Amino acid sequence: MRSHVTKPATLLWLAVFAMGIAMAQSNDSSRAKFEKSVYAELGKAPAKAVSRPNPLESDPEAVAAGAKLFELHCAECHGANADGGKKGPSLRAGEVQQVTPGALFWVLTNGVVRKGMPVWSRLPEPQRWQLVSYIKSLSATEKAATGQQ
Amino acid sequence: MHSYTENVSPRCPRLRRWGRCNLGIPTVIAILLALIPVLFPPRSAAQESPYFVTYDHYLEEPGSLEVEYFSSFATQRDGNDFVSHWLEFEYGATAWWTTELYLDGQTTFNDSTIFTGFRLENRFRLLKSEHVINPVLYVEYEQISEADKIMKEIEGHDVEADHAVPNATLRQGHNHELELKLLLSSTHNGWNFAVNPLATKPLTGGEPWEFGYAMGVSRPLALKASAQRCSLCLENFVAGVEMYGGLGDRPSFGLHDTSHYLAPVLAWNLPSSWTLRLSPGFGLNDNSHQFLLRWGLSREFSGFGSTLARLFGGGR
Repeated sequence: MRSHVTKPATLLWLAVFAMGIAMAQSNDSSRAKFEKSVYAELGKAPAKAVSRPNPLESDPEAVAAGAKLFELHCAECHGANADGGKKGPSLRAGEVQQVTPGALFWVLTNGVVRKGMPVWSRLPEPQRWQLVSYIKSLSATEKAATGQQ
Repeated sequence: MHSYTENVSPRCPRLRRWGRCNLGIPTVIAILLALIPVLFPPRSAAQESPYFVTYDHYLEEPGSLEVEYFSSFATQRDGNDFVSHWLEFEYGATAWWTTELYLDGQTTFNDSTIFTGFRLENRFRLLKSEHVINPVLYVEYEQISEADKIMKEIEGHDVEADHAVPNATLRQGHNHELELKLLLSSTHNGWNFAVNPLATKPLTGGEPWEFGYAMGVSRPLALKASAQRCSLCLENFVAGVEMYGGLGDRPSFGLHDTSHYLAPVLAWNLPSSWTLRLSPGFGLNDNSHQFLLRWGLSREFSGFGSTLARLFGGGR
């Protein structure tokens, strides 16, 4: 009776585990389509969320703290320079840089669960705003780099 | 007492010569999974909750594997104190699904150290975005012996006296159980509130449904992150308290003959992907162990899924 239950249950779990690994991978061929669909989530933020200002906008440490948080929690998917990684799209793209801080905060809080991005409300609200400060600062970095060229 | 040769399976004659055929599938999985830290170096930091028994609604990040070791010391009246141990391998299959394997064991002082079984757990996030209360469905299959003492959940009429029996007797009994929990959790202003009602159904023996609960509240010691990478910054510490206990079974639902615990909890999330947890627990009635001391060490391996996929020729 015991092995009757043990082996099928263990094999089932292994199958589930393997399926999970497979599901964690995104398909190369549909990457552009995937990224477009993730960017589209930014447009779904409710008006109230979109209009929320970043309370840490004038905090001189916010960008540096956000960069640290980004490295710890986001770089794995979005790349060390936020220009896109294995699972997450570039955060330097116009689709991200042109939205309001409030819309970015909303996506960070709610995630894009069906498309692989977890909710990040586990990070306290000030830390999410610090991340928003860092992400928004990337457009300035981009402009500076373009200007130098 | 069985010897290895008595237990040898006829299906592995080559190994029989080495006297190692007694390794079950869970043991082989444990050995393979124990190699993970060597094969997959960690790349990002963990941000874990401090709870030992209660679950919040946050799942493992997709593609990440968290390897966790936990231990509980418990005082035992009319018997020997014991330390239980369990290993958890928690994998984020998707952003809405986390799957987990547990391997349990225990050491009872002046008695013995034994492996007590395994658990397969899945958690499914039911709503796609954040709400005031976020529900997660928890489904677990357990195959453990009655000597299992990890007390990962307290259910039915679990009481201290159950653990006073010698291991040799306890390990004769086996439990095959299906456990369901509804994890309800909310985070507001840095505070997390979580409540987990649970129901367990033994799959053999026609025993009734058993019920229990766990609940907790926790908060990081600082809400803003500092600009420097640091180990001792307050934002890396999460403190709280949890309470858990049994609620009887279907024929006798309620608080009589049940045990309950109150336990402060503390987690220290290190930037190097390690998390340390500590929790002294106190029994709240005469059916409870008077004192529990739980501690845990875990490490998160980001990108485990994609690394594994690459090893087998897939992924990017």
